[in-house]
Amino acid sequence: MKIAVCIKRVPDSETRVKIAPDGKSLDEAGVKFVLNPYDEFAVEEALRRKEKAPPGAGEVAVFCLGPTAAQETIRTALAMGADRGVLLSADRIPSDPLESAKVLAAELKGSSWDLILFGRMAIDDYNTQVGTLVAELLDLPCVSAVSHLDIEGTRGIAEREIEGGIEVVDFPLPAVLTTDKGLNEPRYPALKGIMAAKKKPLDVKPVQPGTGTLEIVALMPPPERKEGKIVGEGAGAVGELVRLLREEAKVL
Amino acid sequence: MTTLAVLEQRDGALRKISFEVVTGAQRLGQPVEAVVCGTGAVQGADQVAKFGADKIVTLTNPAFARYAPEACAQALAERAKHGGYRAIVFVASATGRDLAPRVAAKLGVAVAADLTDLKADSNGLVVTRPVYAGKALLKVKVASQPAVLSLRPNVFTPVERPKAGATETVAVSVAPGRVTVREIKAAPAGTLDVAEAQVIISGGRGLKEPANFKVLEELAHAFGGRAAVGASRAVVDAGWRAHADQVGQTGKTVSPALYIAVGISGAIQHLAGMRTSKVIVAINKDKDAPIFKVADYGVVGDLFEIVPKLTEEIRKLHG
Repeated sequence: MKIAVCIKRVPDSETRVKIAPDGKSLDEAGVKFVLNPYDEFAVEEALRRKEKAPPGAGEVAVFCLGPTAAQETIRTALAMGADRGVLLSADRIPSDPLESAKVLAAELKGSSWDLILFGRMAIDDYNTQVGTLVAELLDLPCVSAVSHLDIEGTRGIAEREIEGGIEVVDFPLPAVLTTDKGLNEPRYPALKGIMAAKKKPLDVKPVQPGTGTLEIVALMPPPERKEGKIVGEGAGAVGELVRLLREEAKVL
Repeated sequence: MTTLAVLEQRDGALRKISFEVVTGAQRLGQPVEAVVCGTGAVQGADQVAKFGADKIVTLTNPAFARYAPEACAQALAERAKHGGYRAIVFVASATGRDLAPRVAAKLGVAVAADLTDLKADSNGLVVTRPVYAGKALLKVKVASQPAVLSLRPNVFTPVERPKAGATETVAVSVAPGRVTVREIKAAPAGTLDVAEAQVIISGGRGLKEPANFKVLEELAHAFGGRAAVGASRAVVDAGWRAHADQVGQTGKTVSPALYIAVGISGAIQHLAGMRTSKVIVAINKDKDAPIFKVADYGVVGDLFEIVPKLTEEIRKLHG
């Protein structure tokens, strides 16, 4: 099975957001960057599929649109066990996700992938659509936010969480899937994997994404929540809490 | 020009979240045409007139019995192409997050996704969306016409604004889908999804063991069908609660009227998922826990004493 996994380099979830002087972007000074957590599920799923195949039969290639520093993100996926990486090198990731999707689709087109996997969203821009857009551009079937997956030959059954239940979806391969938490437990790269990753092929291809139709006007801190109060201690404070919720907050 | 508001149905009945789309779509200051895909008349679809839909269009095809991602996307994109709309507005629910990018791609644009605000004036259409897990807001100018937008659930509170709501039913032809929903495994009856609940009671490691979530379920029950029980990442990762219940950066983003955080310290990933709740209550034994910094009301102490007492008081109110 030949699997492509598209990954992204994002600021760690613990990052304190400081806005850059341009007023439109993140001040990256001191920010730790990681492999997007939802993409870890995609990499892990690809590796498990490959491990089920006879030795030498499958391939897992990772693709990343990002700056030069994203080579490190690709190395993380290689250390987990992916075979090779491709950096689609651009100084900036476009603010319009369709432009990112076009760059990825152009790279993926023409190879016979059985599966193309994405994390269901990136934890920085929350766009939650690049995988689906790539599927549309390549005219491939797509299932988004997959939390369980069975594949039998060229048919797949995926589950996705919806409000109040789980949707069970049939699809044919090749397909584009975006992965959600719950699909698997991503492995940590072992030391052996980290050493091996250094020798795995990593191509760097410069790309020039378009600007698209979504233009960033400003990045702003969220409105501060107004200072709250400690109502009291222990069960004795419950009466006052309920009174405040009824009379002041008016939510009861 | 008109704004197209995309409604949602399940099992032939309109989902309540559709009212939010109609309310949010009116922010663009244009007449609103509501559209829904169904096998025939969708029960409750006429209700959106009450919330400001000037027109209600039902696109019918036998394929629309369950959510048909490809067929719905095709039908909506065709409608959008011929309708000359200013914007196509979705709600960023589980279905909307899947459907909106499909429609957008067919129109050659991206989705301005998960919006908490939108405004159209002489400078164009400018939208606001939370990024970095709600740690910042991004203002984005949307230059495409039509613009494809999705609204964050629970943010655009439905407002009654009765309109004529002329109805139109159009039988559409669609290509057979490659991706098909074969079944929906429903959650047990009576359980409300955290993404849709008006009241959420979430538990963290302070609950000490999975069985103790019973005290939170009792409190939720006291709210009489309006409340759901949520969970922090720590207890989901420990296998105490299902991922569907997780609130936070790798779980659900929620904006209920009332959020009660019980035994949750308030890690930044958790705050990301609930900071837009209207009112936040924190119950924690550690008075220095970060959760108290975002809470409107805090009670310090033993949750096993405080929560049952609160349950008792809520029961009295709803009794």
